Amino acid sequence: MNKYMNNNTGEMAKYEAVIGLETHVELSTNTKMFCGCALSFGAEPNTRTCPVCLGLPGTLPVINSKAVQFAIKTALALNCSINKSSIFHRKNYFYADMPKNYQISQYNRPLASNGFLDVDMGSYVRRVGITRVHMEEDTGKLIHTGSSGRISESDASIVDYNRAGTPLIEIVTEPDIRTPAEAKEYLIALRNIILYLDVSDCSMEQGSLRCDANISLKPAGAKSMGTKTEIKNLNSFRFIQRGLEYEYKRQAGLLEEGKKVLQQTRHYDHLTDTTSALRLKEEAHDYRYFPDPDLVPLIMDKDAVQDIKREIPELPGEKIKRYLEVFGLPDETARLIASDKDTAQYFDRCANILGPGKLKAAANWITGDFAAYLNKESLKIKQSGISAESLCSLIEMIEGGRISSKIAKSVFEEMAQSKKEPQDIIMEHNLEQVSDEGELSKIIDEVIAANDEVVQQVKDGKDKAIGFLIGQVMAKTKGKANPALVNGIMSKKLKK
Amino acid sequence: MKIISLEQASHVAKLAELELSSDELDKITSQLDDILGHVAKINEADTEGVRPTSHTLDTNNVLREDTVKDSLSQEDALKNAPQQSGGGFLVPKID
Repeated sequence: MNKYMNNNTGEMAKYEAVIGLETHVELSTNTKMFCGCALSFGAEPNTRTCPVCLGLPGTLPVINSKAVQFAIKTALALNCSINKSSIFHRKNYFYADMPKNYQISQYNRPLASNGFLDVDMGSYVRRVGITRVHMEEDTGKLIHTGSSGRISESDASIVDYNRAGTPLIEIVTEPDIRTPAEAKEYLIALRNIILYLDVSDCSMEQGSLRCDANISLKPAGAKSMGTKTEIKNLNSFRFIQRGLEYEYKRQAGLLEEGKKVLQQTRHYDHLTDTTSALRLKEEAHDYRYFPDPDLVPLIMDKDAVQDIKREIPELPGEKIKRYLEVFGLPDETARLIASDKDTAQYFDRCANILGPGKLKAAANWITGDFAAYLNKESLKIKQSGISAESLCSLIEMIEGGRISSKIAKSVFEEMAQSKKEPQDIIMEHNLEQVSDEGELSKIIDEVIAANDEVVQQVKDGKDKAIGFLIGQVMAKTKGKANPALVNGIMSKKLKK
Repeated sequence: MKIISLEQASHVAKLAELELSSDELDKITSQLDDILGHVAKINEADTEGVRPTSHTLDTNNVLREDTVKDSLSQEDALKNAPQQSGGGFLVPKID
């Protein structure tokens, strides 16, 4: 954050940022976009290639139907219209990451266009237009030899074509984003939707979700656009925001000094938290797109699109709405649960078992003790070994007064450790809450008899002292006494 | 008729990573110009009411199932590589 930037406090910034994002998502199909080679991250180099993805002469690409379905699903979830007819183009360039010397992509007739994604910024919603969603193939990977690993200092490169031909979708936004924070939230929301759709693992570390950002500045309120720069290598949510913040500051500084912003591609370096201009050949962007004669058009009829639309699950935005309006969960809890698909599914299963009266208890467990445990152990909810059914039976026991909520915490811990059912743990350790009034009465009498002084204090009007006596009863019962009952009986006895 | 200029031909040569002497460039430019002039005849055809086409085949939606097929072994994949290193194609420094 810096002096030029709007810091969300309503203060008017001098310059307004105009940001658009291009996001590449690797689809999690079994095979590549145009051939039957398996996708696999981290396989031995060049063990997932064939004559098609190696670009050997005489081979023909054939489109993966699953990749088309995944792309359409994503485009529909982003409110796009699916174009009735789309075609593939060749993007021509000489670089060893593509053995054919062109990348098969889509150009002027993409799969889908004109969508939007509503990005919830807490105090407002930013609607980000989606210009287009198109399909293409990923490139191979180059490892630059030499000590630094940087292109400029290497003398040779080693090429691995395992990734070449992996199905990608590119999602291009309108320049509707106004702050680096919005860019980050857009990407988080986009990733979450794609994870809900189950069409990509969206791992930014492994490069299956990659984002480039375009940013220009204009005087606040002005209509005309400034000169934009493109930032690459923004491979985490944090870096998206940091890279754009730096670039905002840099461009604002130039404009303040009356200098011009040059149209450049810039590289973000997270170690220095700065961007620097990439030296690119001036003709590098002349890709001479033309329709790929090896591929015939894709025609999408309405029925086929409808069939795919029916497969789209309830998306995060709709889930939050349901949790708030139907379940009455607190805003923060609803968002937290919906922010992870597996957590939301887990919660939905609990809600189903417990019904409307008790589902809030499930929400509290899932966002409270359960989340803390998963966090501590670095586990995902799926890996916890605690089924929704087990958690629900624990909750039923608390709600039914069979165990105290304090005991429940230790039962939960043991469930997490031993994967035993709560029922068994309670039986094994004899943890069931004591709600027998006769039994409790006897223990309370003992405590009263042993604590004359405190009893006198209570009788003298020091109400707080009763807590000590109740604590003694809890200790004697190893925490199993029903606290509400103890309180009632104790008060009655002391008032005599 | 000049359809392609010397500058355009030089640009195309650069994109194709071709280094041409100025004699070669002159020759190529005039040859390309002949070819383009020949192809330009197509512009004389009456295309009124004809839909743009991207493909000569009257077919669409040629798709395949998402089923894994065997890949080449690393050894076979690298068979045509003039140089290799660590299971990869070794290529000169790219600038």
